[in-house]
Amino acid sequence: MIDLSHDLLVGISKSFGLFYLIALSIGATVYACWPSNGKKFDRAAKSVLKDEDGPWQ
Amino acid sequence: MALVICALVAITGLAMAVAGHQDPLAAQGYVVLLFALAVGLVVINGYFAPAPDEERLRHYYDDPIKVGIILSMIWAVFGMFIGDWVAWLLAYPELTFDAAWASFGRLRPVHTTGVIFGFGGNALIATSYHVMQRTCRARMPGQLSAWFVLLGYNLFCLVAVSGYFIGITQSKEYAEPEWYADIWLVIVWVTYLVLYMRTLARRQEPHIYVANWYFLAFILVVAMLHIVNNLAVPVSLGSAKSYSAFSGVQDAMTQWWYGHNAVAFFLTAGFLGMMYYYLPKRAGRPIFSYRLSIISFWGITFFYMWAGSHHLHYTALPYWVQTLGMGFSIMLLVPSWASAGNALLTLNGAWHKVRDDATLRFMMVAAVFYGLSTFEGSFLAIRPVNALSHYTDWTIGHVHAGALGWVALITFGSIYALVPILWKRERMYSPVLVEVHFWLALAGSLIYVFAMWNSGIIQGLMWRTYNDSGTLAYSFVDSVVAMHPYYIARAFGGLLFLLGAIVGCYNIWKTIRQPSDEAVVLAGDHPADAVAEPAE
Repeated sequence: MIDLSHDLLVGISKSFGLFYLIALSIGATVYACWPSNGKKFDRAAKSVLKDEDGPWQ
Repeated sequence: MALVICALVAITGLAMAVAGHQDPLAAQGYVVLLFALAVGLVVINGYFAPAPDEERLRHYYDDPIKVGIILSMIWAVFGMFIGDWVAWLLAYPELTFDAAWASFGRLRPVHTTGVIFGFGGNALIATSYHVMQRTCRARMPGQLSAWFVLLGYNLFCLVAVSGYFIGITQSKEYAEPEWYADIWLVIVWVTYLVLYMRTLARRQEPHIYVANWYFLAFILVVAMLHIVNNLAVPVSLGSAKSYSAFSGVQDAMTQWWYGHNAVAFFLTAGFLGMMYYYLPKRAGRPIFSYRLSIISFWGITFFYMWAGSHHLHYTALPYWVQTLGMGFSIMLLVPSWASAGNALLTLNGAWHKVRDDATLRFMMVAAVFYGLSTFEGSFLAIRPVNALSHYTDWTIGHVHAGALGWVALITFGSIYALVPILWKRERMYSPVLVEVHFWLALAGSLIYVFAMWNSGIIQGLMWRTYNDSGTLAYSFVDSVVAMHPYYIARAFGGLLFLLGAIVGCYNIWKTIRQPSDEAVVLAGDHPADAVAEPAE
């Protein structure tokens, strides 16, 4: 059985855990704010307003 | 296809009934067997129906959504009735009628499971089937798995609730069902995830609309939480009792990692998916900021995961873990208010519709309650505030501000938006009754929440008041007596909310029963060839 000590877990969350969360947050924000995605997002936001006309084939 | 459903359900039912021949498990086995037989009968009944033609592939598959909506409303009335009974029981303890099955400890999980999993879960499954097909512009693959998930999930709820009445519980809050029900739910839930992914894979719309992200987070994370928190070893395969794989403070931490993320991903993420779809649609305006909705999605998923330990302030849990939970709970306010604000700003330019249309007003008030209860949640998670509020009715008030004000109102709003679309009616049978339901629900929520705020803060203060000689000024029983009027007010508020749900059921029933007016059939639900091409 691997010994997962309290100190080891604290160490991982204070080093790797901190930075991977920061990296993911930056990544998500950059994706959301990327200028060229704007058009795609606008289209997606409008597309739900009229979508009862059956599946596209 | 129908035969496969029949065989699957029958085999599962039989197998579980056989396993249930030992004492406490036997009754549960019969519940499963009866359910399987009932479903089997329905399937056999339709067995000789003519084979469906290819025409159906040109429509969305809506039948399981309709059944899901109806089941959801039935569970709502049942769960809220039990909830109100429990509320009166707290004011008048003799309402337990000297029966073990009617004691608080058994009725309370019947209420929570009935409303959270029965009402909320069915509404989530039904609306997610609707949203995923519409936003993907694709029919869901096949018909079997949609029914399997919906009916299998209801079997889980039935097994859970019938078990509580006879005293079966795992004693973990919101995870009371025992091991066999838990295993069954895993099978159902994985099928649900696969069904959702397969529909997404068939999508004709290149971008995955943000509501789908919320629904996916709900399905994926609930699977994760459910599996880890319910790791347990049954006493034997013939016994309903099991022992958790965790013990002591690890067990507490696992439970509240589960418990708080159940709030986050069951009661928030899925319902935000509803909000991001039905609110813009009903208002006829695209979401205020699509970018903001993406940022709040990732904010909520990152932050919520760490907030659970705020349930364990001042316990044996390491201090830094408590502080971590507190910190993330406060940070959570940012993505939560981003979502609530996004919803309200979407309504700018459509406020006249909010005034005239109770359905949209349900969703608007839900967004306001979402903002209020997330603020309250962050506030209560602060350790010194928690010292006053913990173990008091303030927590109950907070939970119901979220559950009644946010979850139930957004669900009723979505259902009122969805029912006319599904049954191809121009509108609900009676807009006046929607209005009546709205005011009953709002009045009920406010009375409930204000009663619990009062009683909770009084309780907290009474428990920490010392007299001149340095001893407690009030005994515990003094605080119980002081609660009595608030408990009556709370039960009355709950009664109003329950009456609103019954009015809603009647209105939905009449809407379904009123003859379909061919002239008002939504042009949309016939796929016109003119639009049968993916837009660029």
